[in-house]
Amino acid sequence: MAAVSSMSKMYGLCFHAVRQTAGLKAYRLLQRRGFRVSVLQLQQTFDSSLEKPQFPGASAEFVDQLEFIQPNVISGIPVYRVMDRQGNIINPSQDPQLSKETVLNFYQKMTMLNTMDRILYESQRQGRISFYMTNYGEEGTHIGSAAALDPNDLVFGQYREAGVLMYRGFPLDHFMAQCYANADDLGKGRQMPVHYGCKDLNFVTISSPLATQIPQAAGSAYAVKRENTNRAVICYFGEGAASEGDAHAGFNFSATLECPLIFFCRNNGYAISTPTNEQYRGDGIAARGPGYGMLSIRVDGNDVFAVYNATKEARRRAVAENQPFLIEAMTYRIGHHSTSDDSSAYRSVDEVNYWDKQDHPISRLRHYMTARGWWSEDDERSWRKQSRKTVMEAFERAERRLKPNPELLFTDVYQEMIPSLNKQRESLWRHVQQYKEHYPLDLYEK
Amino acid sequence: MAAAARLFIRGANSKLSIAPGSLGTTLLKLSPNCSSRTKTQRRHAAHFTFQPDPVPSQYGPTQKMNLFQSITSALDNTLASDPTAVIFGEDVAFGGVFRCTVGLRDKYGKDRVFNTPLCEQGIVGFGIGVAVAGATAIAEIQFADYIFPAFDQIVNEAAKYRYRSGNMFDCGNLTIRAPWGCVGHGSLYHSQSPEAFFAHCPGLKIVIPRSPIQAKGLLLSCIADKNPCIFFEPKILYRAAVEQVPEDPYTIPLSQAEILQEGSDVTLVAWGTQIHVLKEVASMAQEKLGVSCEVIDLQTILPWDIETVCKSVVKTGRLLISHEAPVTGGFASEISSTVQEECFLNLEAPISRVCGYDTPFPHIFEPFYIPDKWKCFEAIKKMINY
Repeated sequence: MAAVSSMSKMYGLCFHAVRQTAGLKAYRLLQRRGFRVSVLQLQQTFDSSLEKPQFPGASAEFVDQLEFIQPNVISGIPVYRVMDRQGNIINPSQDPQLSKETVLNFYQKMTMLNTMDRILYESQRQGRISFYMTNYGEEGTHIGSAAALDPNDLVFGQYREAGVLMYRGFPLDHFMAQCYANADDLGKGRQMPVHYGCKDLNFVTISSPLATQIPQAAGSAYAVKRENTNRAVICYFGEGAASEGDAHAGFNFSATLECPLIFFCRNNGYAISTPTNEQYRGDGIAARGPGYGMLSIRVDGNDVFAVYNATKEARRRAVAENQPFLIEAMTYRIGHHSTSDDSSAYRSVDEVNYWDKQDHPISRLRHYMTARGWWSEDDERSWRKQSRKTVMEAFERAERRLKPNPELLFTDVYQEMIPSLNKQRESLWRHVQQYKEHYPLDLYEK
Repeated sequence: MAAAARLFIRGANSKLSIAPGSLGTTLLKLSPNCSSRTKTQRRHAAHFTFQPDPVPSQYGPTQKMNLFQSITSALDNTLASDPTAVIFGEDVAFGGVFRCTVGLRDKYGKDRVFNTPLCEQGIVGFGIGVAVAGATAIAEIQFADYIFPAFDQIVNEAAKYRYRSGNMFDCGNLTIRAPWGCVGHGSLYHSQSPEAFFAHCPGLKIVIPRSPIQAKGLLLSCIADKNPCIFFEPKILYRAAVEQVPEDPYTIPLSQAEILQEGSDVTLVAWGTQIHVLKEVASMAQEKLGVSCEVIDLQTILPWDIETVCKSVVKTGRLLISHEAPVTGGFASEISSTVQEECFLNLEAPISRVCGYDTPFPHIFEPFYIPDKWKCFEAIKKMINY
């Protein structure tokens, strides 16, 4: 790109400098040549008798020893946690001391999500829906972070954040409607399952291309900052998506443009089959934050209180100080990547079992609750039965519902219908009238 | 400063030397044994003559403006009337490499006119986010040639935002502007016309003005339009095109092609700079061949005004489409295909496309590459004699 600026300097300067030199002040001339001019630099005297570096690009001291900075991957950024793996609080000052009602709600949302995942995964296996992605093992990252936000905060997700929507109150019927792409789908049946969105709950509709939401989140945060309404934006992505160019773009923009934004990385160990040691060589995602000038933290993603505390503080400061925060939540993807994946092809059952049995966000929170006498075996049994019943009822309703009217194939391409598309629509209808027995019209609303 | 001057002199003729002048400016001094008149040094004149439109009377007082000033005027009007509007991109803060944003940062504030890091995918992604949050986003890509890193954000995200969300979310408030088209010496990466890549993407609008009056009106329409728009600005016209442009805001409707001159024998369709070439070709055809040409400025590439073009071809029976972009897969192929579907029996001759060759845009061979008036004239001759 250096060639560009010299090219455009040539283009610009040949015309402008030659023709208009007389009227130009030195200040504007400096600007036009692309020097980064700040008031401070204009006032800076370039005095080479001072031994400090004068470079505009970095504020640093000189050093006369040749030494490469060693990236620290053996003992990287430490993992913040509040509970141990058995759900005991380690440092009482870190216990957010949430009410019983709040904690029960956390638990019920996480388990409801888990139940919905089991039923919808099965329904894909049975051919009832075309595709599904579970959230097994990552429920803590969703509920802990969602609980720390304001309901008005804007959420950009990737595809494994259904718990955030669930926490905000997205009804089971709507989850099901989207997965079944039936006439109740808010998205009008246009996307694959799990591509949820909800305007009322400030959850931007998911799209399949990875990491595209990251620079978008920076833009929304900038706009929200200008509105001055104390809203924040949160952007979820996995450690694999963090390799995309869009992630670099989003981090850099949010820092330079001072956006009230929380980057929440779910580092769950795998991007489909690609383990983290093939995804990056540095110290995970958290270590990249300082490279962008961003405050960063690594947390235990399976500890819902750690996630909650970190997100809460990040949100408070992001809004108060107009700067982005990076939270890397370490967790483990217990399920397959999706219904199109069989992870036994690239990881051992033992590894998966360890996480399922020894370090699961739901179990850890349950231990915390039972230790306080807030939850009993009976409560567990009746809740499991009730949540399963609720999910099954929503499931059956969604199964029976018709698909949306095929007219909706053609709308919302633009805000308005355009003539050429209208002609195509009419042509489809004529065709379907003629060949109606070959089209599944009975499944769709009229 | 001397270093910067040396930078652009590097590689140039060694007979030239620099003499520092006052206020840090530099003057090029030719040494005595170097003639400025030798054939090898004289650069090729422009391949067109800009033909200004008459002064519009319906939009209020006008002011003499060139193309980049008419853009500035449109942006100024927008920032004044829409408090959410923000303009961003590489180097826009100091006024932009083509001076389209001069004065706007001082007038409206650094939170509204600001530089971004050097990253096109970030510029467009960020712009989408601004638009999704409900603010008016005007993103500048420094040259259309550099829009490709943003292709995913434009095609997979911006264009599909409304459709995929069931109309819950959209980025209709996004407008992307980029300098476009040949400039005499731009070569591969400062001359491209990439409209065809985006024409294949439902959900986008693509607009290309031919002049300052058109540019301001069309840009304001793009900004007001509730769909993501790409606005390509013919860079060769930034200084060369001067018209009396209304100071107040006004809009020119999108997706309405304009018939610049009526004719009966051949329909000529183009957009941007090439309109001025075709206007000259129309005169040549009338004068030398007695052929009456109907010249149509398409203006909006997507969605394009099929009706106006087809109506014209029904009348004339002959169609010539011309653009700088390479002929294969260029937008002329879409127009040609649709017109032969709609007007097959009206055609007196095959539809003619006079376009760039299927090569990258060359530097020194530009005079041979571009679809100049002689190539267009010859194509008309062939159609008339078919």
